[in-house]
Amino acid sequence: MSAQNLTLVQAVRDGLHTEMQNDEDVIVLGEDVGKNGGVFRATEGLYDEFGGDRVVDTPLAEAGIVGTSIGMAAYGLRPVPEIQFMGFIYPAFDQIISHAARLRTRSRGRFTCPMVVRAPYGGGIRAPEHHSESKEAFFVHEPGLKVVIPSTPYDTKGLLISAVRDPDPVVFLEPKLIYRAFREEVPDEEYTVPLGEAAVRREGGDVSVFTWGAMTRVTMEAAENLAAEGVDCEVVDLRTLSPLDRDAVVESFRKTGRAAVVHEAPKTGGLAGELTAIVQEEALLYQEAPVERITGFDTPYPLYALEDYYLPSVARIEDGIRNVVEY
Amino acid sequence: MSVLDRGPREQIQVLDEAGELVGDPPSLSDDELVAIYREMKLARHFDARAVSLQRQGRMGTYPPMSGQEAAQVGSAFALDEADWLFPSYREHAATHVHGVPLERTLLYWMGHESGNRMPDEANVFTIAVPIATQIPHATGAAWAATLRGDRHAFLCYFGDGATSEGDFHEGLNFAGVFDTPTVFFCNNNQWAISVPRERQTASETIAQKAEAYGFDGVQVDGMDPLAVYRVTREAVAKARDPDADESRPTLVEAVQYRFGAHTTADDPSVYRSQEEVEEWRGKDPIPRLETYLRETGRLDDERVDAIQASIEEEVSAAVDTAEGERRPHPEEMFSQVFADLPDRLREQLEDLERLRDRYGDERFLKE
Ligand SMILES: Cc1ncc(C[n+]2csc(CCOP(=O)(O)OP(=O)(O)O)c2C)c(N)n1
Ligand SMILES: [Mg+2]
Repeated sequence: MSAQNLTLVQAVRDGLHTEMQNDEDVIVLGEDVGKNGGVFRATEGLYDEFGGDRVVDTPLAEAGIVGTSIGMAAYGLRPVPEIQFMGFIYPAFDQIISHAARLRTRSRGRFTCPMVVRAPYGGGIRAPEHHSESKEAFFVHEPGLKVVIPSTPYDTKGLLISAVRDPDPVVFLEPKLIYRAFREEVPDEEYTVPLGEAAVRREGGDVSVFTWGAMTRVTMEAAENLAAEGVDCEVVDLRTLSPLDRDAVVESFRKTGRAAVVHEAPKTGGLAGELTAIVQEEALLYQEAPVERITGFDTPYPLYALEDYYLPSVARIEDGIRNVVEY
Repeated sequence: MSVLDRGPREQIQVLDEAGELVGDPPSLSDDELVAIYREMKLARHFDARAVSLQRQGRMGTYPPMSGQEAAQVGSAFALDEADWLFPSYREHAATHVHGVPLERTLLYWMGHESGNRMPDEANVFTIAVPIATQIPHATGAAWAATLRGDRHAFLCYFGDGATSEGDFHEGLNFAGVFDTPTVFFCNNNQWAISVPRERQTASETIAQKAEAYGFDGVQVDGMDPLAVYRVTREAVAKARDPDADESRPTLVEAVQYRFGAHTTADDPSVYRSQEEVEEWRGKDPIPRLETYLRETGRLDDERVDAIQASIEEEVSAAVDTAEGERRPHPEEMFSQVFADLPDRLREQLEDLERLRDRYGDERFLKE
């Protein structure tokens, strides 16, 4: 079995490449995805290999990109539109929410929307305004959408292939902070990582820490630091936020009886609230401490001089976990 | 005849590429002409310094504007102080002409919240990074001015790529329907990152889109500062006049080129040829105006040198001021979310302060 050491963004490219080779119906479209290979190089070389009909530089219009993708998907193609940054997805919001998410429902199954909307999300790269948001909760709130956020190169390729093959629309959010942070062996051939399954990144008995995307690495670092103090964290990377792997969440919580959630999105209305509700509903009698939410603040994402304060840092995560353990 | 009465496919020029007069010059005093020249030189130098600050890690991603000085300076010069300017993210020169200090622009790109605060005395709206979103704002503000009976013009900048967004259509359509005093100024620099102008629209020109909204559209040589000034000045005058029998909005398409990268994070060699860049460099607005001003006796070596020295000093002072600003306090994240700080935000700020006290700032800051 051959494999290469890839970064996360290279794994995105590899996943797209694999599916474009497998299935002629897969088409990639968006701003600067063609000749330029994407502003993060996530589609590098695809234009040369598959041509301008399948790797399409579109006019600068997100509603147009996603709206036409929905039409293509309904017609039988498998479009993979790219939104250049998550902060620029809003012109397409109406199309995603009012149509992609409910085309199957509204047409009683006559029309479907097998589309993957890819977008880099999240902060920490000293980017300009509107380039750092994490608004996954908007999409998780919408029934009819699947929402995926990988945190490793291996998972990225496998989850992306699953998303492309999925019969329903998927919002695939890529943690751009760790696009090039590390490499991992990624098999050359096709493989899938199933949607809707969390991964335990670190087993531990004292406290469950639920997280995803770029926060997984910071959380792991905090967990290792805490291990030296004798606190044994179980780190669960959710990988798919909708549908959430409730079983994995509940199983871990039953073991530890304590939980923290780490996400970079604002606290209010963020997924930490949903996870808290799940453990309340499913495992109340196991609970030994309030669930701690270690999140971004309820403020607009600041310009970058303040972003290190905004994002959950190792120190903040350690502090939050200690609160749970010492309760 | 007003230049606005020309067909949208007829490009207006006053100075040709060699700096020869080929059209009627606008009425500008010698001092004003030299001031336009100085602002363009300042913009070019500022741009080079900003790119170099970014390269040295002293500033974040920055969108350069060289090549686009004539369009920005010529148009902003056509405003009176009471008129309003709605920028995108590349209008460093236009905003400077209309009263935004250079250090403010530097601070914004250095990631300071204070860089986002336009000075109270400058009628300049906040920078708009999401493409085309400022267009309906400019229409709305202009509309409000008519409801109040104010006679101001509203100049709104955006790129060629922006004309593909729904907000462009909606903003211009409202302007036509409500006859708002808005001048829509498209900096058509041929590229939206890597996507060429022809990929944005199958229309022959951007200016001609105005016809469909029911108002004037005009294409101007955007690398000719005098033509830009003249066209914008007439559009602004028409916008301000509620009694004119023409509709008040205008779409100006300023045809130009960005010499540099889209931003410091972009590598244009991937998508465009050096020959193309060189061809457009031949239209460089600065030597063009300089030649004209020298040949008409308004500039000489001595004045040119003095201008060069003064702009270098002005830019250095702005860099010093911006770099002298201390790192913003985390409180700035919370303080302007609402008029009053809600309890939940106060608690979050207190939590952060407690953690900073306990662990020290170095555990938060990555560099
Ligand atoms: C809604 C939205 N989509 C995408 C982007 C990313 N982006 C930033 S600038 C740019 C190209 C803009 O081109 P144009 O309108 O021609 O202006 P220019 O940058 O050339 O001045 C893109 C796609 C954005 N800022 N906003
Ligand atoms: Mg452009």
